[in-house]
Amino acid sequence: MYPGNYRYSKEHEWVSVEGDVGIVGITFHAQKELGDIVFVDLPKLGAKVEQGGVLGSVESVKAVSDIYAPVSGEVVEVNQALADAPEKLNEDPHGAAWIARMKLSSLAEMDGLLTAEDYQKYIGG
Amino acid sequence: MVDFGGWDMPVQYSSIIEEHHAVRRQVGLFDVSHMGEIEIEGPQAHDLVNYVATSAVSKMVDGQAQYAGLLYEHGGFVDDILIYRISATRFFLCVNAANQEKDYRHIRSVNRWECDVRFASKGYAQLAVQGPQARATTQKLTSVDLSAIRYYRFADGEIGGVSARIARTGYTGEDCFEVFLAPERAESLWRQLLAAGQEFGIRPCGLGARNTLRLEAGMALYGHEIDATVTPLEAGLMRNVDLRKDFVGRAALETQMTRGPRRKLAGFEMTGRGIARDGYEIWVDGAPGGWVTSGSPSPTLARNIGMCYLPPPVTEPGRTIEVIIRGQPVSAVTVPIPFYKRAR
Repeated sequence: MYPGNYRYSKEHEWVSVEGDVGIVGITFHAQKELGDIVFVDLPKLGAKVEQGGVLGSVESVKAVSDIYAPVSGEVVEVNQALADAPEKLNEDPHGAAWIARMKLSSLAEMDGLLTAEDYQKYIGG
Repeated sequence: MVDFGGWDMPVQYSSIIEEHHAVRRQVGLFDVSHMGEIEIEGPQAHDLVNYVATSAVSKMVDGQAQYAGLLYEHGGFVDDILIYRISATRFFLCVNAANQEKDYRHIRSVNRWECDVRFASKGYAQLAVQGPQARATTQKLTSVDLSAIRYYRFADGEIGGVSARIARTGYTGEDCFEVFLAPERAESLWRQLLAAGQEFGIRPCGLGARNTLRLEAGMALYGHEIDATVTPLEAGLMRNVDLRKDFVGRAALETQMTRGPRRKLAGFEMTGRGIARDGYEIWVDGAPGGWVTSGSPSPTLARNIGMCYLPPPVTEPGRTIEVIIRGQPVSAVTVPIPFYKRAR
């Protein structure tokens, strides 16, 4: 369920590192809590966001939730497919429904995030 | 689960969208036991209810239900309620959970007819069967002829082996039956209704679908479209006000009718990308002009809709407005309420 090579934030985002780029998304737990996701406000290309800063937002029928950057960096690619198919976030949150790729400012920040095991404990799963 | 006036209630059982579609296309079952009940009894029960409620209570017959406002003297809403006339000397009110104590105090404060006003919420659970298959589902459990109960009428009878009040009332814009019964029998009836509706694809539905369904049907929700600061004139609820009688709040309402309200409720549909949410500011012609009272994606219309307060000239359908979503203006257009009306 929660890939072992990802790192997770307490705000329910995940990040997977490829070289100096981090792929960022929201967790299975996050999409489940939100329910049917119907709208995504994607991050702005080129935006420089600090760890914990607002990257974008997702909306379910019921509510709006901010997406926080799990790591600091510059947004170098966004998953445009989500703009027209936000429901993908319910279907494949850890895979096809990644949200953005960020050029990482500091790899060291990864150490402060949760492992898959710790995250599952954190959400009580 | 969310805490709702002291009740733990599910926002959704499966998915708000699937539950919403079940009610529009087949049938859904809601546990609305949190709703409050107040009983009024006495030789002049009719006079008290007719004075405290805005609607034409004197036109009601036994076994009829009516939607009404309870107003303060200043014309704002104490609550919006359903009145059930059992007889001229016995009325049963269904009121909002969060307002029930103040409703009770308000009614007693104007009770110069010495009626017996009883706070009865602990004595009732309420299950709501809503959707095109609501009658077929409910009929399987009762010998009461449900086709004989017209819209906004009710009958007392046995259902699923339990004595209950069965009303053809609802909050979704679909055909509907609401069943009031003793709380200790509610779980049994809940199971029986789910089993009876299985062949029609019944789904248990939570507060989330209840909100999207009532919004599409253009029905007010206390705390959103109406509250103590809003009058029936502003909320577009004058059809539920009988100006030929005296009632609490009448004088203030008449004054406002003479002067004209400064705002009125309007429907809108987003034309730009974004979902309006309760409380978002609305700009008209480049300046602040109103606010969103309820906003949501509409599963039936597949559009983002909402209701809002605007200066009266702007409420006519077809006006362009801007909803401020996270600091950015997003275009919307005013449309008539309701957004959805079922074919009859």
